[in-house]
Amino acid sequence: MADTILLIALVLAAGAVLLAVLRLLRGPTAADRAVALDVMTLVFVPGMVALAVFSGRKIYLDVALVYGVLSFLGVMSLARYFDRGI
Amino acid sequence: MIWLDALVCLLMIVVAVTATAVKNLVSAVIMVGVVSLLVSYLFLRMGAPDVAMTEAAIGAALTTVIFLIALRRTGEDR
Amino acid sequence: MVAWDVIGALVTLAGSVFLLLGAIGVARMPDLYNRMQAGTKATTLGNLLTLTGLGILMPSWLPKILLIAVFVLVTNPISSHALARAAHAAGIPLAKGSVKDALDHDREAR
Repeated sequence: MADTILLIALVLAAGAVLLAVLRLLRGPTAADRAVALDVMTLVFVPGMVALAVFSGRKIYLDVALVYGVLSFLGVMSLARYFDRGI
Repeated sequence: MIWLDALVCLLMIVVAVTATAVKNLVSAVIMVGVVSLLVSYLFLRMGAPDVAMTEAAIGAALTTVIFLIALRRTGEDR
Repeated sequence: MVAWDVIGALVTLAGSVFLLLGAIGVARMPDLYNRMQAGTKATTLGNLLTLTGLGILMPSWLPKILLIAVFVLVTNPISSHALARAAHAAGIPLAKGSVKDALDHDREAR
């Protein structure tokens, strides 16, 4: 029961990644691609946490946390770049 | 979930090839960041959290910031 | 005996639906600001729900997972706001049917 629901959730998240990559490939400006990068990061952080939960290794949570912190840094630097400075 | 790994590999190849072909350099930098995200997930999937964390630190933050500083300094973006 | 596994899986499924809806908005909205709207709000809610559901599935890790969730909740609106403001300053146009540009009006009033 729970496994089936989680498999459906995983398929939906994979669809979200596909749509974000579509916007990444098509986006007319660089800012659209930055939005796609943001969405992909927000989908992959729960993916990493799910990988930690199902493999039972707690150290994987640290990777998700580090990725959240550093993607914030990357998107902020992109915003500063678009705003003529860095 | 081998199909998910295959999907991530396929997306990684597509995004990396597009990063070499796109005209706007900032878009190429963002695509390199996406490739870093996907390869970090693959490292984690293969059971190497330390490598994944290093890839996250270098690929998501350091490479993006250094490329953007270099683009700004050289004035290649306009 | 409540089946906590099923409850956690259902919360995860709800968050995953929100993630998919946010990604559909990012793929289909007409201009950058609408895309950013869809890609920030729906995706942040989906992220929170998904992390909470996974925390219900593994209750002993719940504080650390909630730490990640709170961090995403704090930082993602900030980064998206900065990106939208920078894109407006860089002169990316609005969609054709837009009726009001409040940020531009602010700049004229100053």
